[in-house]
Amino acid sequence: MGAGGGTSSYTDLHRTDVVILWGSNARETHPIFFHHLLKALHSGARLYAVDPRRTSSARWADVWLGLDVGTDIALANAVGREIIAAGLVNQEFVDQATSGFDEYRAAVEPYTLERAERITGVPRDAIRSLAHAYAGAKSAQLCWTLGITEHHNAVDNVLALINLALLTGHVGRPGSGMNPLRGQNNVQGGGDMGALPNKLPGFQDVEDDELRAKFERAWDCTIPPKNGWHLTQMFEAMERRDLRGLYVIGENPAQSEADADHTNRMLQGLDHLIVQDIFLTKTAELADVVLPAAAGWAEAEGTVTSSERRVQRVRKALDPPGEARDDVDILCELAKRFGHDWGQPAAEEIWDELRGLSPMHGGMSYARLEALGGIQWPCPDEDHPGSTYLHGRLWKRPIEGRVAPFSVVEDVPPADGLTDEYPVRLTTGRRLDSYNTGVQSGGFASPIRRPETLDICEADGRRWGIADGERVRVQSRRSAIEMTVRYVDNLRPGLTFTTFHFPDEVETNKLTNPAWDQRSGTAEFKAAAIRIEKLEAAVGVGG
Amino acid sequence: MDLKLLPAEASPEERAAVASVFDSSSEASNADRVAREGLNEAKARRHLLLPALHAVQKAVGWISQGALNEICCRLIVPPAEAYGVASFYAMFSTVARAPRVAHVCDDIACKLAGADAICATLERTIGPPGTSSADGQATWLRSPCLGLCERSPAALFQLAGSESADDDTIAPATIDEIEQILNGATVPAPAVGSTPQTSGTREPELRLLRRVGVADPTSLSAYRAAGGYDALARAVQMGPAQVIAEVSASELQGRGGAAFPTGRKWDAVAKTAETPRYVVCNADESEPGTFKDRVLMEEDPFATVESMTVAGFAVSAAHGYLYVRGEYPLATARLEGAIRQCRADGLLGADVMGKGFAFDIELRRGAGAYICGEETALFNSIEGFRGEPRNKPPFPVEKGLFGKPTVINNVETLANVLDIVLEGGAAFAGVGTEQSTGSKLFCVSGSVERPGLYEVAFGTTLGGLIDLAGGVRDGGGLATVLLGGAAGTFVSPEHLDTPLTFEGTRAIGASLGSGVVMAFDESADMRDIVLRIAAFFRDESCGQCVPCRVGTVRQEELLRRLARDGARPSPAAEADLLDELARVMRDASICGLGHTAANAVQSAVSMGVFEGTERE
Repeated sequence: MGAGGGTSSYTDLHRTDVVILWGSNARETHPIFFHHLLKALHSGARLYAVDPRRTSSARWADVWLGLDVGTDIALANAVGREIIAAGLVNQEFVDQATSGFDEYRAAVEPYTLERAERITGVPRDAIRSLAHAYAGAKSAQLCWTLGITEHHNAVDNVLALINLALLTGHVGRPGSGMNPLRGQNNVQGGGDMGALPNKLPGFQDVEDDELRAKFERAWDCTIPPKNGWHLTQMFEAMERRDLRGLYVIGENPAQSEADADHTNRMLQGLDHLIVQDIFLTKTAELADVVLPAAAGWAEAEGTVTSSERRVQRVRKALDPPGEARDDVDILCELAKRFGHDWGQPAAEEIWDELRGLSPMHGGMSYARLEALGGIQWPCPDEDHPGSTYLHGRLWKRPIEGRVAPFSVVEDVPPADGLTDEYPVRLTTGRRLDSYNTGVQSGGFASPIRRPETLDICEADGRRWGIADGERVRVQSRRSAIEMTVRYVDNLRPGLTFTTFHFPDEVETNKLTNPAWDQRSGTAEFKAAAIRIEKLEAAVGVGG
Repeated sequence: MDLKLLPAEASPEERAAVASVFDSSSEASNADRVAREGLNEAKARRHLLLPALHAVQKAVGWISQGALNEICCRLIVPPAEAYGVASFYAMFSTVARAPRVAHVCDDIACKLAGADAICATLERTIGPPGTSSADGQATWLRSPCLGLCERSPAALFQLAGSESADDDTIAPATIDEIEQILNGATVPAPAVGSTPQTSGTREPELRLLRRVGVADPTSLSAYRAAGGYDALARAVQMGPAQVIAEVSASELQGRGGAAFPTGRKWDAVAKTAETPRYVVCNADESEPGTFKDRVLMEEDPFATVESMTVAGFAVSAAHGYLYVRGEYPLATARLEGAIRQCRADGLLGADVMGKGFAFDIELRRGAGAYICGEETALFNSIEGFRGEPRNKPPFPVEKGLFGKPTVINNVETLANVLDIVLEGGAAFAGVGTEQSTGSKLFCVSGSVERPGLYEVAFGTTLGGLIDLAGGVRDGGGLATVLLGGAAGTFVSPEHLDTPLTFEGTRAIGASLGSGVVMAFDESADMRDIVLRIAAFFRDESCGQCVPCRVGTVRQEELLRRLARDGARPSPAAEADLLDELARVMRDASICGLGHTAANAVQSAVSMGVFEGTERE
């Protein structure tokens, strides 16, 4: 629906009646957001959690729906069908503010509760309950994370959820909205600033000539008129040898990408690799040049943008250690070597330049950000208070701007199918005390961290003759690694789980599937097919 | 909720005990696909915490970490909160304990009747309180008042294990009987009655005790034959508004101690827009010296059920809770039987008497906590929280049980409602005095010839009541009378002509409280009695608010200093300090416990109990 960001605020969450957490274990992975969610629950909101695992978030849910990995569209379409069949559609909203409803209705018609139960494994009563709770709520929040987007059909998954919000009118109103949760304090800010292959700052399309011309005038340069490559396309370009040099800022693809063996071959095959990071990551170890950077928090001036689109100031408290330098310093120094003298702009000067180019940030002077404790975009001018929620225009009559389209999407199983050879589903995720590949979190002690394991349910362990704590070989279609098995109580038979927090010990991403969505560039980390083999009996051990 | 538990597994017995409080049909059949364990579900299950703790305590004699874990998982309660609740109550043990426990009352009336000697013998034969017997099967503890003062001394037995009998009491208790029961003997049925007015020639004016000794308390048909359920039938004819009008016209005041007009409570709840509403019967009678509600519940349990139903009808509440003191096993059994029979006969349930209104009663057993008689603490106890009082306002009529409008009345208060409905509020108001209408139950105990529960019309004098109980035992001289219980006041014999009415007692700086009249002859060791009262409040303070938690300790320390010897540096300074403590507790405590903790003590000190020569 245009700019990528959560449509609501934490305050909307506090006053909502129903929250759906779809493919998100926010209790562990978005603890700040979950803190706000708890406020809603303590005020009586109902929570529905859709997740293959019975996560710690699901344990806070009024109803947890434990679907099979990768069946989200079947579930969402069935929810949509039930909402239509039960007469719970917000018809006024659908008529006035959307398009494509008839096609959508026809497309979801085959997704009966019975069929959805067969595909997803979720009992039909629970699906019906979700549909009625969401559609019947005065206000509702639909929130999702990587359980939706780390699939080969990520965009379809998101569209399937957006359909539900359009059907019920749960968008663009106080208390109602759709929110993809962001995993870092500034993932949103990265997108806002144009760190996307198809967007200039402020989500302005690269391929829009008029917009591009505005930036070219301001920057006195020429901007390539075509969208760039996203990460997965870059690796494909490396494979074709079309991409020979890579400049990596604050990422660790050597360990974070699916099919790690392949990723490392690609990185090693580059002519030139530059890594700019605050740690010497595995990727940095492969680099020709490493540029030590200052931490974005406490060592640099600037802003960050949170999941609720709130731009906030960060302030420098410490000089960075050793040779580390602020990202802006490094970039300006590089520019000078390339023949462009940008001077040594202060953070606020850069910000004011952005405000001149990105209308959604226009009203956010440093003084106002400080006075108001942050401002939510869009905030076009200095009299604008910021926007607690987006898409209110859809409720104007007649509506302002374009209507919101329904999308026809179909259930497609995960690319890595289960077969007799690879009969077990492996899904990956994150744990409370670690972050991604552990670059930022692995160096800190945690009382709840344990060596990484392949989590399985006890029933599977007994069925396969594998004990709690046993070392096993885990084989996927791409690679095999050794792992230690742990029995857990939040998985059902046939479903296993691990993380990629400790790639130095457990190279989980050697197993995962790089199959990716052409539109988002996200790989299917959530659905690999594996088999688990006992190791040969070691000789001379035990007795 | 994602609970973090200490590693400990429940035994099969503990598991079964916890499971017994659940409706087994609610078990999820596809738990690996759907689960309902969020905050709303946790809120909905929380009220089962007290019954679950009781079930485990009964099954194995104590509540282990494993059992607590099982309870936490089934009820979705954080373990620290569950432990906080389990450790709140005297009848629960969170450390391993022998399965047969004698709680020997050493409170005021039992002390007068020789409880200390019983305790001394047990200390010699078994060991200090809490020690297990040689075979590990039995132990004993000292207990505050068990509400059996008319037959003191008394003991309560908690009997655990799958084969065990129900908990039970004996009174009067002898050391031989206590030891036999601890060794496995069955508990004998009580031989002595509690209501002297109903034995021999029956007094015709009895109202509240009308059916005591006449109708079999275990039989609904006997109750109906004796006029039972005429009142509910009449109430339904009158309609809710008229019932409330009659109760208001009767000027009935609460009999639990606070004397609040009952009609005002009912009217306020009936007028709220909020639903659901609740009717709660406060049967957590624990004021030392009080046993009136116990006798009513044991001897006329259907009247409690019927009167709660009338209240439910009047205020449009469909749910009633009957919170019975944990130390009252016989009353509990009789009420459970009454509720069961009334349900079977359509007098409770979805369509009461076929008259188109719903009302049912859930019985909740307390677990040994004086403070739970405070109405908001009682709500917290039912809801599965520590029985700590809430701040008021909001009052129960606005936010009571589960935060909903609630009528909460004492057992005796409700019993009066039946007569009010049948004879009309005006006729009821004609009995007694202008400001104290109806009749009143008095718990007469101590040094009198015939201790027991007496019903008299308001206006009878203190001396008249003592005469009714046969006067001072063995023709001794009356030293003092404790009026209103431990939270009440000591009055001297010069007040014998005081009429026992709300206004009459107020005039002499005392209060009727819960109807306690405990007489002490000149042989009573009053210092010992006063120290016991101070210890009682120190022990029963819930600890939530500082004035009471600290004040009750400082008060007891002060009295021990006064009692210790004659070398008192400054009696006047001690008296000033006692007054100051009393003022702080009265002004700044959250609830009535702190407000009244100094009453009896101050009155005793001002009567000179601690003056004179040093103690022998």
